[in-house]
Amino acid sequence: MSELDTIGFGLVIIAAAVGGAAFLTWFERRLLGVWQDRYGPNRLGPFGVLQVLADMIKLLTKHDWVPPFADRAVFIFAPTAIVVAMLLGFAVVPFGPELYILDLNIGLLFFLGMTSLAVYSVLLGGLASNNKYALLGGLRSAAQMVSYEVFMGLSLMGVVMLTGSFSLRAIVEAQRDLWFCIPQFLGLFTFLIAGIAESHRLPFDLPEAEHELTAGFHTEYGGMKFAMFMLGEYLGLLLISCMIATLFFGGWLGPWLPPVVWFGLKVFILICFFILLRAAIPRPRYDQLMALGWKVMLPLTLLNLLLTGAIALLMEGA
Amino acid sequence: MLNSLTSQLRTIWTILQHSFTKAETVQYPEEKPYLAPRYRGRIVLTKDPDGEERCVACNLCAVACPVDCIALQQGVKDDGRWYPEFFRINFSRCIMCGMCEEACPTNAIQLTPDFEMCEYDRSNMVYEKEHLQIEGTGKYHDYNFYRVSGLAIEGKDKGEAQNEAPPIDVKSLLP
Repeated sequence: MSELDTIGFGLVIIAAAVGGAAFLTWFERRLLGVWQDRYGPNRLGPFGVLQVLADMIKLLTKHDWVPPFADRAVFIFAPTAIVVAMLLGFAVVPFGPELYILDLNIGLLFFLGMTSLAVYSVLLGGLASNNKYALLGGLRSAAQMVSYEVFMGLSLMGVVMLTGSFSLRAIVEAQRDLWFCIPQFLGLFTFLIAGIAESHRLPFDLPEAEHELTAGFHTEYGGMKFAMFMLGEYLGLLLISCMIATLFFGGWLGPWLPPVVWFGLKVFILICFFILLRAAIPRPRYDQLMALGWKVMLPLTLLNLLLTGAIALLMEGA
Repeated sequence: MLNSLTSQLRTIWTILQHSFTKAETVQYPEEKPYLAPRYRGRIVLTKDPDGEERCVACNLCAVACPVDCIALQQGVKDDGRWYPEFFRINFSRCIMCGMCEEACPTNAIQLTPDFEMCEYDRSNMVYEKEHLQIEGTGKYHDYNFYRVSGLAIEGKDKGEAQNEAPPIDVKSLLP
């Protein structure tokens, strides 16, 4: 692709990701409704899909207020950071054999780096709000981060070992014969849990925890700044789904249908699964999450790493 | 640990099965819920089978009302009947408790299965007698207070009501 094509494609991806995230706000509510035996927003437009538009009008016309007691610069910067970081993460996702913006040889590391940066947004938002609920939310976010970031990176090392590359395109190509969800099922399990924690979604939405902390880190946010946090959360969900599809379910690989359709289908099913988790599982206490991270998930990933390494060495020797 | 994991998986499976159950929601404005005939909603004043106002302006409803939303003024007609000169219910205060209906000795005030009272202006929630009065008898079709009560009105003296014996003349020696 020429440079101009890449820029154009990048803009298309940004539009698709932001549009997809906006669509998800409606889709999630409808799907939660299905699973909780109610309808969800079904009034505006076909199946209520124009609800997104109504929400947008509401958020855009709200007073853009910064609390006088808040740290103004950081308060305004925080919601932007999460959106930028999440959107940058999309740069390395291969949507098809020729459909990607960047084919970095360290694509996986880039993705991990970008999602980790998104945590700063939550932390800074909680800190800058100068509100005890927001601070508690930020605190929990920090506690959550130290417990899942460790095994999140490690859980993917099995995939890297089997492929021998950090490039996401190479990882997809390596799954032609067998999707990594089978040999790396432990990696998939741990990455799934880390992914939920990373995107701050229920059941691991401890920083937000609207039942305990009013709205956690974004208690003081309103209007478009709040919308940016929401956008960031849904972009995170999309990104994590894209990454799981790429790393464990063969990305664009699949028979008959065009590659992009396969990719979209896999991402869609994963998103539905994430929403199902939200509908089904209650939120743990944050010490429980930390205990789970350090005492169960980290040993599991290390075990996975050990086994994968041993088997890879055996295969090489044979 | 394993126990809780299976519990979580079972929860997910149960929720997934709800993809095939019908929503409990009643789509309200299009789909109305069933309201029992004795539902306590908007208050009306009824008329007796002869087409006269049942209300005798005894003020018992106004006394029984816990939120003091009923106001009325008694008047007396030429034939001796009592009637309310005005009868006012402030529905923005009314809590639809039905105490007035229970207190009413003439079955005049009754609650109906209607709760859809929405107004843009709060003063429109104050209903006067002409808004409250309906033409029918409501829930009690045969009841007419003046026909069963001992009160003397024009054309019906004491002792002439239904199931009523003439009054005893205490000054007479005859049995």
